Amino acid sequence: MRITQGTFSFLPDLTDDQIRAQIEYSLAQGWALSVEYTDDPHPRNTYWEMFGMPMFDLRDAAGVMAEIASARATFPDHYIKVNAFDSTHGVESLRLSFIVNRPEREPGFALVREEAAGRSIRYTVRSYAVDRPEGERYG
Amino acid sequence: MTTVPAKDDQEDIEATGGSGIADDPSEISLDPGAVLADSGVEELLATLDAELVGLAPVKTRIREIAALLLVEKLRAQVGLSAGPPSLHMSFTGNPGTGKTTIAMRMAEILHRLGYVRKGHVVAVTRDDLVGQYIGHTAPKTREVLKKAMGGVLFIDEAYYLYRPENERDYGQESIEILLQVMENQRDDLVVILAGYHDRMDRFFESNPGIRSRIAHHIDFPDYTLDELLAIARLMLDQMHYRLSVEAEAALVEYIELRRSQPSFANARSIRNALDRARLRQANRLVARRGQELTREELMTIEAQDIRASRVFGEEVQEPEAAVDDSAVRPS
Amino acid sequence: MNQHHTSSSTGGAGASLDSADRYAAGVLKYAQMGYWDPDYEPKETDILALFRITPQVGVDPEEAAAAVAGESSTATWTVVWTDRLTAADTYRAKAYRVEPVPGSQDQHFAWIAYDLDLFEPGSIANLTASIIGNVFGFKPLKALRLEDMRFPAAFVKTFDGPPTGIVVERERLDKYGRPLLGATTKPKLGLSGRNYGRVVYEALRGGLDFTKDDENINSQPFMHWRDRFLFCMEAVNRASAATGEVKGHYLNVTAATMEDMYERAEFARDLGSVIVMIDLVIGYTAIQSMSKWARRNDMILHLHRAGHGTYTRQKTHGVSFRVISKWMRLAGVDHIHAGTVVGKLEGDPDMVQGYYDVLREPHNDENLRRGIYFEQDWAGLRKVMPVASGGIHAGQMHQLLTYLGEDVVLQFGGGTIGHPMGISAGATANRVALEAMILARNEGRDIWEEGPQILADAARDCSPLKAALDTWGEITFDYTSTDTPDFVPTATPA
Repeated sequence: MRITQGTFSFLPDLTDDQIRAQIEYSLAQGWALSVEYTDDPHPRNTYWEMFGMPMFDLRDAAGVMAEIASARATFPDHYIKVNAFDSTHGVESLRLSFIVNRPEREPGFALVREEAAGRSIRYTVRSYAVDRPEGERYG
Repeated sequence: MTTVPAKDDQEDIEATGGSGIADDPSEISLDPGAVLADSGVEELLATLDAELVGLAPVKTRIREIAALLLVEKLRAQVGLSAGPPSLHMSFTGNPGTGKTTIAMRMAEILHRLGYVRKGHVVAVTRDDLVGQYIGHTAPKTREVLKKAMGGVLFIDEAYYLYRPENERDYGQESIEILLQVMENQRDDLVVILAGYHDRMDRFFESNPGIRSRIAHHIDFPDYTLDELLAIARLMLDQMHYRLSVEAEAALVEYIELRRSQPSFANARSIRNALDRARLRQANRLVARRGQELTREELMTIEAQDIRASRVFGEEVQEPEAAVDDSAVRPS
Repeated sequence: MNQHHTSSSTGGAGASLDSADRYAAGVLKYAQMGYWDPDYEPKETDILALFRITPQVGVDPEEAAAAVAGESSTATWTVVWTDRLTAADTYRAKAYRVEPVPGSQDQHFAWIAYDLDLFEPGSIANLTASIIGNVFGFKPLKALRLEDMRFPAAFVKTFDGPPTGIVVERERLDKYGRPLLGATTKPKLGLSGRNYGRVVYEALRGGLDFTKDDENINSQPFMHWRDRFLFCMEAVNRASAATGEVKGHYLNVTAATMEDMYERAEFARDLGSVIVMIDLVIGYTAIQSMSKWARRNDMILHLHRAGHGTYTRQKTHGVSFRVISKWMRLAGVDHIHAGTVVGKLEGDPDMVQGYYDVLREPHNDENLRRGIYFEQDWAGLRKVMPVASGGIHAGQMHQLLTYLGEDVVLQFGGGTIGHPMGISAGATANRVALEAMILARNEGRDIWEEGPQILADAARDCSPLKAALDTWGEITFDYTSTDTPDFVPTATPA
């Protein structure tokens, strides 16, 4: 399967030039960029690990590209995403977030059903990857 | 750390491979004059000449570098590329000789010619790059580098990065990261190292890796007496002040005395001296309460405003004492 | 005593009277009763309303405006002495400005100010009972339309507003940087629960973020509501596991009574739904009740504007949708259908963009072209996500993005379910078209001009998009809008 989180998951994986263009766009809006990674891409896993601090006051995408390259070198088999944060009053949240690295094989998720009263079912989405300990899940 | 944005921040020049070469070479003229005018560099060099007093050898070097970069660009268009040029520089000279100002102009020139993408200047010193404890330095240096990407990183008093007396000094770690980026990301960043001439020389001797990556050394001479006077006039003019005839004579004397003293910082010392003279002038005028002041009086710095300086070694201490003193003296 | 005029008599608006004359028994012109006050300077704490009035022949516009002010505040048809037991001068609404509508013979704009104390805090029912309660049937007027309102921050702050809001909705769904995608299950009536859930599953798995019940899907013989909820949630959770994304289906909890609605909403919550849906026809009080429920239960609240066309569409009579939008932002819904510009339903581009501004901006400046007559500060009230639904398809992606921006749900019902390769392929086509357009826009391309080319390029890697463009690429709905701006010479072409 292919996890389709993030702004551009239905397109072919972005090239570095395409990633750079999105970062330049974000910088031009005055947004701060950050890089995050995980090996537990559950749809409600909000807090991926931060790869370094969010980058404020950058002028050029090169700095972020270097961070991405470094994250990929360190975690080649993890999911890595780039977030763009907007501190404008009334937003103060992400404005763009897209995946820039994913493991070669994505096992996806099981849907666990627990029968409840009547015909009701309690659903749990469970990542196959988390059967194995952190750091040994992909690759 | 301070960041100075590029003059024309909106109009980012697309730099590809650091050479600013358009996809279709036929679109670009091979006439250096035309390219100079197109890029606005000619205009920039002209304002450099007009607005900056003295610095003749520096201006010549800037022209040479601009010419080299321009020709590189033209050569690349006809397939004669010598590879991405190294653009890192060292600016040596005493304080107040215009190194930071020239660095900002240099960034603009590089931007206009398409050698840096954004053209801003990030000015730092050792404290911005080097941390206090293990593991602190690398992220600090990298953060600064990321902010400078696309522009110019200006490291003032760069020799403080290297402290041979302490073999565990974290400065070395910063130097190594700088070296990597200076070598591998020439398209992304131009580094200018600045400081006193002799100390920079010693720094380069101990760090041959850095020296070998510096393409252009520019030496900033001290200003002459006339140049310093011209700078003073320019500064006063911009603030709508003028010197009386006696005050000008006093200023000449002041400069001669001040130059022979330690910690003379060229234009910066002049700026400070004028700021103090303005203080004294203000106090002198305020002491005359009850009288209408003329526009002329409000504009004019008098000899006493300058002569009250302790440089003249006489009666007073700087700056409040002198101010109090002048306030009670009859005018 | 010569003030025994009827309210429809001809002549000037009449000067104000001293109190002995003013409160003598009998009938006075509304203007004479003090409801017309051209010197009145609205206070910052006043609620302001702009009406479009079409007086009966022979009624002068100032008197008509005063009548509207009177009938929507303290007046009745005759003088009552009991007014003198109140601070009547404060409570009386004041028409303070009347101007002819540009390009019209018989219509006038009337500006009316209402003192804040006329209204109960936090109640749309109370607000509307005053402002549109009696006055729309008033005989001296041929027609009356409420065009816009301004609410002081002090009044705005008495409402909770949207339970979730755009920012938190995106954080809950973990979806940023692009419009959300939805589709209404079709056919809207007749599917069994099992088949209905199939449509939901296919559409969500294929790439949509949301699917939706239609406004009239409640609990009918072919599908009782519990069956719909059970099958839809199976579909939603299957799709979420298949894609790793948060997905949702707007479960319509509209029902005959509040008790039924709460029961349905609670069942939706217990099954893990992120969103429930209500129809505008349930009424303002029920909407505010459901808003409070949604707030208590971490639920996104979707509002279908069923019925609004009966009073928003005609330019001379009714209530403008921008006013409904303001009321709904105060009442507290998270989604509201607000027009597509390019689709099959009524909507002039300027007008629709005005509704979107009202729903999404922290502050609205006056913008006559977009029909926004008042500056409005929303005082930190959360933003409502507008929903564009009705006759839109992937081939219009560049137009939709240009007109409507990023914070919107684009609903492609027919454009998903009617896809020649199936529902899932239809969903994929829409998602790919959207992501390709966002990517190109962020890269600095001119999507208005290059849109069709961007879509064609994206379709090279995506056969469902190719099929969608081949099927609907040329479909447009080019009809003249009925509700158009008054301050541009002609309606902007869609």
